[in-house]
Amino acid sequence: MTTTVAAPATTAPAAKAQVKRSWTQHGLLFVAPFLLVYVAFLVWPTLLGLRMSFTDVNIAGSNDRFVGFSNYAEAFGDPRMWRSLWNTLVFTVLSTVPLVLLGLGLALLVHNLRFVQWLWRLSFFGPFLLPSAVVSILWLQMIYPPEYGLLNGTLGTDVLWLGDPGTAMWSVVLTTVWWTVGFNFLLYLAALQSIPQHLYEAAAIDGASAWDKLRSITLPMLGRTTALIVVLQLLASLKVFDQIYLMTGGGPEDATRPIIEYAYDVGFTGYRIGYASAVSYILFVLIVIVSLAQLRLFRKRAEVSS
Amino acid sequence: MTKRFSVSQLVLLVVASVLAVIWIAPIAWAVATSLKPEDETTKLPLEWFGSTVTLDAYELVLGTGGIITWAVNSTVTAVIVTFLTVLFSAMAAYGFARTQFKGQRALLGLILAGIMVPPQVLIAPLFAEMVALGLVDTWWAIILPQVAAPLIVFILYKFFQDVPPELEQAAFVDGAGRWRVFFTIVLPLSRPVLAAVSIFTFITTWNNFLWPFLVSTDPNTMTLPVGLANVVQGTFGLRYAQIMASVVLAGLPLMVVFVLFQRQIVRGVAHTGLGGQ
Repeated sequence: MTTTVAAPATTAPAAKAQVKRSWTQHGLLFVAPFLLVYVAFLVWPTLLGLRMSFTDVNIAGSNDRFVGFSNYAEAFGDPRMWRSLWNTLVFTVLSTVPLVLLGLGLALLVHNLRFVQWLWRLSFFGPFLLPSAVVSILWLQMIYPPEYGLLNGTLGTDVLWLGDPGTAMWSVVLTTVWWTVGFNFLLYLAALQSIPQHLYEAAAIDGASAWDKLRSITLPMLGRTTALIVVLQLLASLKVFDQIYLMTGGGPEDATRPIIEYAYDVGFTGYRIGYASAVSYILFVLIVIVSLAQLRLFRKRAEVSS
Repeated sequence: MTKRFSVSQLVLLVVASVLAVIWIAPIAWAVATSLKPEDETTKLPLEWFGSTVTLDAYELVLGTGGIITWAVNSTVTAVIVTFLTVLFSAMAAYGFARTQFKGQRALLGLILAGIMVPPQVLIAPLFAEMVALGLVDTWWAIILPQVAAPLIVFILYKFFQDVPPELEQAAFVDGAGRWRVFFTIVLPLSRPVLAAVSIFTFITTWNNFLWPFLVSTDPNTMTLPVGLANVVQGTFGLRYAQIMASVVLAGLPLMVVFVLFQRQIVRGVAHTGLGGQ
């Protein structure tokens, strides 16, 4: 290090090598902390769950012996598993349609309004910031009760809402739409703001009406976002648990029990962790299929943006 | 865009106002109920205001103490989860985007695959693991699984890939080491995206129910949503003003934060929700 001043010609290659080394150094150390937590609390339980689904293990960890596919065979012959899987799919369809369409509608509405943007955003997105327990207790205790609830009191109706197997699922969906539509609303709002303004200006010069602009500029430009929102919504809805567990406990007459609640029931109140794992992994397969579409869309967006 | 006040603007305004009133009504009803004397909460026909406005319900709820303990637990766990998630994910994302090591592609693939694994299907094995580790009823049981969030790594990885490397290159030439470059140049440069994922992580952790619910049986370790669900319904019986006061108190913190930091939160949620767009 005595020649630093004198010889730029000789230190240049050394510096270059140093820079190159800097780029490749310590890579694994950067990744290690996350990797440790990730392997311990995501990869390992995923493998453990798969193993458990082939055993009869109970919640105390005993009786841990292999039973082959018998948990899966039992699940596929279990009417309550089918009922809860069906409920999950029904909830997914019933909730995804209004959550996407209403999210889009609200975003178009607010995007085109020129006053008090913050107030609209707070109104429609606000409920999303409430914990599921808050939402569920509020609707269960003060909105849905048939006698003194806000809903029947305001509408002048006499509906049992959560208490009737015919309306319980619709009521759960209604609460879910109120609670979470703000998320899709925000995603759509962000997408609307990123549509280049000059497209609209060009259309205006051509004399396009508001309806023309919506149909031939706005909606096509939202195509990719919509695909992503639909996939994200399907995934979120397939995983439904909190608000159903807290509002109906799965009833009345199993009319609302989703499959995650069924896995919870057999595992944590029935103590059959092996069987619970098998039930969970049936849902897991469904979710992986939808997630593959999600990953593709994330990747596509990455390619488009770069 | 024309700035004049048109008929169509008026129509949109009316529609939006009606919808906003509907959306606010349930929350307003919770607040109204919480301010009524207890014996008027189920009076028919329904009235928005009781004979007097009283804070009795809030006094009683805060006096019993549970809700304050849960709020502290929620805050501490959400802050730790957010800090660890962002720090570990940023380091990992940087490692994948900017360094080379053996097995890098395979590890990145392993982490991307994890985006498809919903924590909800892991409750049984994860609980068994926590029992084996002796962590049930501790903050760590609540915290650790939530730090394993591969989506955040993915978002930050994409971000770092798009950052031009010249600044770092210059710092290396000046003799700065890898870690100094990361902490003094890369992280400060990434503040907006780090804020976005932090906000998203904090909100999801603060509101998480299923996992904290499974690993806390002791009311002293419960988070706000779990404590509320477990204890309020059991002990408060039919005291609706108190139940609604708890609901309002539990919902309030994030609402206040939202009003204060609306722009950042909207951007943070949209950016992270769309997978880093």
